[in-house]
Amino acid sequence: MEISALIDRFGLLAIGLVAFFAILLGLYGLAELASRRDRSRAVAFVFLAPAVLFLLVGLVYPALRTIAMSFFNKDGSEFVGLDNYVWAVSDPDALQILINTALWIVVVPALSTALGLVYAVLIDGRRGERVYKALVFLPMGISFVGASIIWKFIYQYKGSGEQIGLLNQVMVWLGLQPVNWLTQFPGNNFLLMVVLIWIEVGFATVVLSAALKGVPLEIVEAARIDGAKPSQIFWNVTVPSIRSAVVVVAVTVFIATLKLFDIVRAMTGGHYSTDVLAHNMVEQAFRLYNDGRGATMAVVLFLLVVPVVIYQVRNMRRQELEAR
Amino acid sequence: MSTVVDPDAKAPEKPVRIGESRGERLRRVLSSRIASIAAIVIAALWTIPTFGLFISSIRPENDIRTSGWWNFFTDPGSFTLDTYNYVLYSDSQGGGLIVNLVNTIVITIVGVVVPVAFAAMAAYALSWIDFKGRNLLYIGIFALQVVPLQMALIPLLSFFSNGLQIGSFTIMPAWELNGVNTIVQVWVAHSIFGLPLAIFLLHNFMRELPGDVMEAARIDGASHSQIFRKVVLPLVTPALASIGIFQFLWVWNDFLVGRTFAPGAATRPLTAVLGDMAGTWGFGWTRLPAAAFVAILVPLIVFLLLQRYFVRGLLAGSVKG
Repeated sequence: MEISALIDRFGLLAIGLVAFFAILLGLYGLAELASRRDRSRAVAFVFLAPAVLFLLVGLVYPALRTIAMSFFNKDGSEFVGLDNYVWAVSDPDALQILINTALWIVVVPALSTALGLVYAVLIDGRRGERVYKALVFLPMGISFVGASIIWKFIYQYKGSGEQIGLLNQVMVWLGLQPVNWLTQFPGNNFLLMVVLIWIEVGFATVVLSAALKGVPLEIVEAARIDGAKPSQIFWNVTVPSIRSAVVVVAVTVFIATLKLFDIVRAMTGGHYSTDVLAHNMVEQAFRLYNDGRGATMAVVLFLLVVPVVIYQVRNMRRQELEAR
Repeated sequence: MSTVVDPDAKAPEKPVRIGESRGERLRRVLSSRIASIAAIVIAALWTIPTFGLFISSIRPENDIRTSGWWNFFTDPGSFTLDTYNYVLYSDSQGGGLIVNLVNTIVITIVGVVVPVAFAAMAAYALSWIDFKGRNLLYIGIFALQVVPLQMALIPLLSFFSNGLQIGSFTIMPAWELNGVNTIVQVWVAHSIFGLPLAIFLLHNFMRELPGDVMEAARIDGASHSQIFRKVVLPLVTPALASIGIFQFLWVWNDFLVGRTFAPGAATRPLTAVLGDMAGTWGFGWTRLPAAAFVAILVPLIVFLLLQRYFVRGLLAGSVKG
């Protein structure tokens, strides 16, 4: 391997950066010109143009096109009406995908949020809180693929000889038979979820721990003086005060779970009945070359986040009204 | 951002209660003991998996194949960096990941700089320039945050390879990139997918800037572009850092976008290679721990060093009342 083989890549990088800064300078010059003439709308246009253009070409138009594609056959040559959607809810394999996805989006946000909250409460005000937090937060810096590899080694199974996966070694230590975990339906679905939970708990902990620090101490004190038990204080004072943070965490994890592709791909490739929507979408479109079904899967995915979008937008508008 | 709390603030010590009976005291000590143990157990469960992979990555191939990583401690003599050497530089199968590492670096640098710069401009316009339809546009961008990028994959790919036509009229010809140049597609894709969140977060920060400062600058005769450059950008540098780290982690760790838009062997980023290696788990699986650690190390270091900024961005984006 020679370094010279890599020069073209760095060359491309240099060209890319230079071109980008040239574009920025150009835009800036235009904005300056418009500013001097005191044309706010023109300035706004220049400032917004690149982002809006990117979003229109790269997200809005493709999303609309995907919706249209979902009503066509595999290569888009023939209109098939709702056939793809009928397939999605009637084909046994597709149905399994929907069931798995439903499980994921319930189990992962619920467990991640709950565990994050418990951990945040446990370490709140404890000596070394920052270290505790950092240890659990660390997986957030690891890619889904990296995390999958980490856990695949833990679940590893050997038919004979010494077990090298930690989980099966624990089984052996407990006097039980080792199991080929990833092939055992339905348990394998939950083992895959463990990987995502492992990543998301750190996020939940950090956000909820910050929210816990915002709970007014006077109220906690008052409740304590009134003779409330710790569990009562937790459920009746702490949880209501951090309710909005809990909702935000759950929603964020929910969206991440829905879009999940990497873990399924790296762990099982969707085999052994572990496939989910976001992964199957890519399978349909790029391996089976069925654009219609791939698009349909994407649209189903989108339909599942629509309530979140509506909720978020309403929330934001309410906040803006309050801020006024 | 007024609801954001300093994550490192120390909670005040619990006041010692007066007139506590012995039974009560025992129960308090016991429950705090149990809480300690629970906290330690969780912290250990969350750390051991990564640690185990690290140990595996420095064991000789034969050891990985025949015994679990925990045996390393009974026989610590068996330590080797050969696997790292192989996966990075070997010309044989499963090696030469240095190329993919460079791809990842090249992809990441542009994939962070472009969306953050464009988002900063857009966020300024959305928070401090008055124009008709501003709120509507902002809500639209805000809503785009949650649109799964899966919705865009197939059309965006065909946009790159076939261009854009309406009827027979060509608006944009096909890009016809090949070889290393395919990376340009990944740059564009990452820039697009990173924009909504970056605009949203930066808008949150910029809107909180004091209006008096802007007003004063305006009265002094500063134009919008001058205010943006000389007043706003310096003030939101920490926010730019937060978003930069977000986008860095996202792009570096991304699997799907890289795999879809740079599928060729020459351009695939590290994560894409790893993901497929793990998926097939074929020949050479013993080299996976070292290969994975090459990919994990950089973001982990960045993450640990710049955690403060990351957390700040996280809270600004999420802890909203």
